Amino acid sequence: MNRLINLLKTNARLTNAQLAAMLDMTEEDVAAEIKNLEDSGVIKGYSTIIDEEAAYKDSISAYIELSVTPKAHVGYDEIARHIAAYPEVESISLMSGGYDLAVTVRCKNIKEVSSFVYQRLATIDGVISTSTHFFLQKYKENGIMLVDAAKDERGQE
Amino acid sequence: MIDYSKLVGKTASEIKPSGIRKYFDIAATLDDVISLGVGEPDFQTPWTIRRSAIVALERGKTFYTANAGLIKLRQAISDYTYSHVGVSYDPSKEIIVTVGGSEAIDLTIRTIIEPGDEVIIPEPSFVCYKPIVQLTGGVPVIIETKRENNFKLTAADLKAAISPRTKLLILPYPNNPTGAIMTEEDLIPIAEILKDTNIAVLTDEIYSELTYGKEHFSIVSLDGMRERTIYVNGFSKAFAMTGWRLGYMCGPNEIIKQALKVHQFGIMSSPTISQYAAIEALKNCSDDVSSMVTEYDQRRKYLVNSFNKLGLDCFTPEGAFYVFPSIKSTGLSSDEFCERLLYSKRVAVIPGTAFGESGEGYIRVSYAYSLKHLMAAIERISEFLEELKKS
Repeated sequence: MNRLINLLKTNARLTNAQLAAMLDMTEEDVAAEIKNLEDSGVIKGYSTIIDEEAAYKDSISAYIELSVTPKAHVGYDEIARHIAAYPEVESISLMSGGYDLAVTVRCKNIKEVSSFVYQRLATIDGVISTSTHFFLQKYKENGIMLVDAAKDERGQE
Repeated sequence: MIDYSKLVGKTASEIKPSGIRKYFDIAATLDDVISLGVGEPDFQTPWTIRRSAIVALERGKTFYTANAGLIKLRQAISDYTYSHVGVSYDPSKEIIVTVGGSEAIDLTIRTIIEPGDEVIIPEPSFVCYKPIVQLTGGVPVIIETKRENNFKLTAADLKAAISPRTKLLILPYPNNPTGAIMTEEDLIPIAEILKDTNIAVLTDEIYSELTYGKEHFSIVSLDGMRERTIYVNGFSKAFAMTGWRLGYMCGPNEIIKQALKVHQFGIMSSPTISQYAAIEALKNCSDDVSSMVTEYDQRRKYLVNSFNKLGLDCFTPEGAFYVFPSIKSTGLSSDEFCERLLYSKRVAVIPGTAFGESGEGYIRVSYAYSLKHLMAAIERISEFLEELKKS
């Protein structure tokens, strides 16, 4: 079923009829398989890949590394869930290596990012340090190039 | 003043230019054209192959190689060919590394054909066979393959085309532009006819890696065929290496040793950097090839399904990366269809007639493009057909 997932990952708007044709399946089987993937939680939802720089001109995104000391009854999970609840947070993951949690946030401006970091994150019990990095240019996201793809030069002089 | 009409040879000036070019030239003058015209992969050459070329450059591998090509590469070709078609060739005497499959075709024809010799060419097929035969003074004998036979060469047609002057049969399968293939069952009766003749076979298997659902089968694997077959293959299509200009021919030493002279005096040796990269391609890139095949296969199915839904009867190709739908239902000729589609909807496809007169009534659509690109093109073709119906 990897082929179905791969097709949907690059274009979730393909119709069941189109998917069926490409995968040599019936439309009914495609619908059933998608439902199955949704029910079992493999497919979590369908989102649109947006060039954020183009779509939200008046916003800024940052990548924040957090070091955390888990305490009794307050482990990584609790801290991560707490942070994930803020609407500014676009993603959060537990990492191996030099820090523990990787958080990406999108805010209106630098000031908002910094107040989010020192008022919301730094104050959480267990957070030892934060390190904030601003995105300057995104080139590729979710497997899709955000900058102009190379021009198709085939068939030209 | 110099008179070029007296200077330029009659044979060269009488050759018609490729019918594919015309549409690229028109497309270049228009904005916002979606092309489905090109005959080369949209994938970049797999990175490990490119890296091997960089390493070769860094190590200063900038000299000629042996005329027949690097012996290491010929050994790799021999191993690869053995594992793919089950026939073994001696790397030192039976293989030449050529400048693309194209040079291998040229070498084969120029080595074998004398003025007046007949060469049987099934059409529709790739554009180069006929002109090269004409350049040698040979006589092309065209067999028109048909939709009702799935564009395969039939034994009956072959038999009818053979004359005492026939020297060579060209077998262009998997086929550009139709996407037809020849299976073992299709090839057995062909081999049966050739067995007791003195006719050679040039089997152009440049698309052999790109078959869908069916394993590729080569005529050279059949009894009695190795001794009369020149097996041509290359790196362009399977490994997305068109710009590297590298192919090869394998055959009996009696033919290869003569062809090597033509190659030696015409070319000297194939590009050295490309040859180093090609060793990597043959040895370590089967995963890259199979992921490209999977991608092509999805596009192929999408297009066949779409054209049939649009009312353009589309044969299901089993190889290469083209579909060849019939446009007969529109009442237009292939040329009219392509020209009108290009000017009114900015979609470039190639008329079937570019691949021989028997391509009339068909268009060649390449799926060496992303699915997104193909879907946009189908949308425009659908609008075009709607407007045709109304007018």
